[in-house]
Formats: sequence, C-alpha cells, structure tokens
Amino acid sequence: MTNPSHNTDANPVAHDPHDSVYDGLLVNDAHWAFGTDFEDPLAGVDTTVPEGMEPGDLAAYCLMLGDDALILSHRLSEWCSSAPDLEEDIALANIALDLLGQARLLLARAAAADPSVVPALPEGSPVPAEDALAYFRSCQEFRNLRLVEAPNGDFAETISRLLVFATYRLALFERLTQSPDAVLAAVAAKGVKELTYHRDFAGRWFLTLAQGTEESRRRLLAGLATVWPLRAELFASHEVEARIGVDPASIAADVDVVLEQVFAVSGVERPTARALAGVEGQTGRDGMHSEALSRLLAEMQVVAREHPMGVW
Amino acid sequence: MAALLDRARELVATVTDPELPMLTLEDLGVLRDVSVDENGTVTVAITPTYSGCPAMATMRDDIVRTLKEAGLEATVRLTLSPAWTTDWISERGRTALAEHGISPPGRATPVAGPVALTLSPLRRAVHCPQCGSVDVEVTSEFGSTACKALYRCLTCLEPFDHVKEI
Repeated sequence: MTNPSHNTDANPVAHDPHDSVYDGLLVNDAHWAFGTDFEDPLAGVDTTVPEGMEPGDLAAYCLMLGDDALILSHRLSEWCSSAPDLEEDIALANIALDLLGQARLLLARAAAADPSVVPALPEGSPVPAEDALAYFRSCQEFRNLRLVEAPNGDFAETISRLLVFATYRLALFERLTQSPDAVLAAVAAKGVKELTYHRDFAGRWFLTLAQGTEESRRRLLAGLATVWPLRAELFASHEVEARIGVDPASIAADVDVVLEQVFAVSGVERPTARALAGVEGQTGRDGMHSEALSRLLAEMQVVAREHPMGVW
Repeated sequence: MAALLDRARELVATVTDPELPMLTLEDLGVLRDVSVDENGTVTVAITPTYSGCPAMATMRDDIVRTLKEAGLEATVRLTLSPAWTTDWISERGRTALAEHGISPPGRATPVAGPVALTLSPLRRAVHCPQCGSVDVEVTSEFGSTACKALYRCLTCLEPFDHVKEI
C-alpha cells in the first residue's frame, strides 16, 4: 500500500499518505487488470494432496464444485440493478459474492492439486491460476451442472433454481466437511454457513411467490417447471465424485425432504417433468453444455482474453 | 525475539477492519496468529469472514504497511479452518459496533445434524441501536456487506444494520 517515501519521490510536493483516496492507486506494484488482488486465495494454506487421492481426481472434483459456484455467481450477478427491488438486488449480489468466494478457493485448490489443469498463458502473464481457470478455459472444459448455466428467466425462475441449487449444495457441503482433503473440508465448513442463508432466502421467496398473487404463483410454477428437468443431473454420480468426493446419489433423498417441505408449505405439487437427457450420456460434469454457457462465457471472458498481459 | 513478537502483536492489534473501522481485526476475530521467525520476519495469519470477503487484500496491505512503518517485514497468510464465527467478535468489539449504530450479533447456534430450513423470519434478540426499542423487523437477511442483515426499527423508524450470526 501507500509508502510515504515512495510518494515523496514520485511527487515534487510531499503528500500525507492519507491525503487522497487515489494515492493508493498511484504507488505500489501493478496488478493484473482483472484480478481480485489477494493474489493467492490459499496463501500460506497447506495444499498437500492427501494420501490415497489422485491429484488429477482432486483437481477435477474441485473444478466441478468451483465451476458450479462460478457460473451461478455470474448468473446471479446479472440481476444487479434489475431485481424487483433494492433489497433483492442486494441479496442476490451478496449470494453471488459468497459463491464467487467459494469458486475462487476451489479453483485455486484445483490448480494447487494439479497445475496441469491450468490453461497455458503467454510467458510472463500476470494472470493467477484461479483466474486462468475462470477466464481461459473453453466451454467444454467447464465441469458445472447444466442447472447453473441456464439463463435466469424471471425472478420466480431464478428463485426456483436457487432453491434447488442451494438445497443440493448445502447437503453436499455438510458431508464434504468430512473430506480427507483439509482444504475442501475447510471450504465446505465455511460454505455451509453461507448456504444456510441462501437456502432460507430462496425458500422464503418461493413460499411468498407461491402464496402471493395469481400472477406470482403462475410465474413460480412456470419457473419451477423450467428448472425441474435439470434437477436429476445433480444426483447422477460422475466417477470422480463417487471416487473421492461426496457421491451426489447419496444426498438425493435428503435434498428431496427439504424440497418437499417447501412445496408442502407453499401448496405446490412436486413437478413430474422428465429429466433433460444428456448428449450420448454426457452432461455438464463431462463438459457437455448448453449453448447458454458459451454465451455466458463469451461475455464473462472477453475482456480478459483480449488482455492476457494487462496490468494496472 | 520475545520482545519483537510482543511489539509485532501490539502493532497488528491496532489495524482496523476496512469495512467496520470501529473494530480492530483482533476485535473482529479475523486475526488468528502472529509469529516471528529467526530472521525477524513477522508472519500474520488472518481468516476471511465470508468466502467472498472482498476486504482480504486491504486487510493484508494494512497489516503489512503498519508493520513496515515500524520497520518490520511481514507476510500475511490465510487460515481457513476453523471457519470464522461471529462468536469471535470480542466484547469490546460488540460495544464498539453498538456505539456506532450497528446491532452486534447474538450467539451463533452450533449445528448438530442437518441444518434446519427456516422459512419464517429468524428470531433474534435485536434492539434498535438508535433508540433501544425491541420493536424491530428484518428488512433483508442481506445488507451492505456480506456480514450484515438489514433491519428497521418500528418505533423510531430508522433502518439499521445487524451483524448476522454465522
């Protein structure tokens, strides 16, 4: 941060370092233009891969969980300045921020476990590994569930998706706190506290919309119907998940109990829509995505990809 | 070395939170450890309040600058476990929050077994930091920073922040 002697050298008039809020921008070392500035979100954390775990498996698993958070975070952030009211705008942005934080830790953990997953960048590029993973992978290299990449739809559809996702992720993270990987266990323990607020938020809004006006109920049911075919994919075990993580099939029943609770209170029938099929058996965890993800990534990545050497 | 460690601890204890400047990092409970190696380099461990806490870089820079101004070299590392809880906010910190119009958190309930879904508003023993009324209602569980919920006092009608329990 501001170094008084450096300041004096740079300016003929010596400034008090607290003179201007801009002083901090004029000194100090340059950072990659698109980074978040704590260069390594795992600085000083022991990232040794636990015995019996393949580094490649651990990295792949972290990408799955990290990409879920990153992509939904991006979708939720699209609500900024567009939510029904200011409180919901702020709430969705806060949830997006929590998920972005989880994504950073998980992508950094993936890179630390197996550096070969990080895309190659030009020599001397200032892009940290987590950002290289976020901004420089192509669509089929993302491992997120298709649920999180679908467009937001209206507020009711966003709430329906968030309810399903937060319920799933909270159940998953509760078990992940027992992971043999200490980093994953720590990320999960922290995430549980955050996801508890996310799930409650989505559940309350689901109830409010279901029991609100005719129009709010109509929209909620339509949103839930759109989201529901993407639900089954959450519980289909990928071999990596089954091998070293929480097998998602093992949490399906617990997730259903919570969803049924919300449906019952809201007077909503559990949808019966069939699951959206994969392509030749492949889904999001295999890198098989919908067109929506390409469009999302195009917007999210374009500036970073234009300036892989950008610093300020 | 012990004297150096005491000095480093004293200095680090003065660094305040960038978003809640009435609190030191120590009061907030994010300061986890201060140590000194044989070369006199100070290592400070901090933990994020929330996974996405955007203030971590500023906290690190403030710690490094404070020690540098006193002639000490420092590195800052993160600890992720155990996860931060509002229970680590000190009594002095809680008093400072209240004095600045922010309602301090109650006790975080430790979870045994699956986390329960709560569809009704959370019940908290919150009173208005402006007028003291207990007739308050939650406006949103999410507020101006990751760690705060937004409340409204139904007596004096002022809105206020509450540091939510995690």
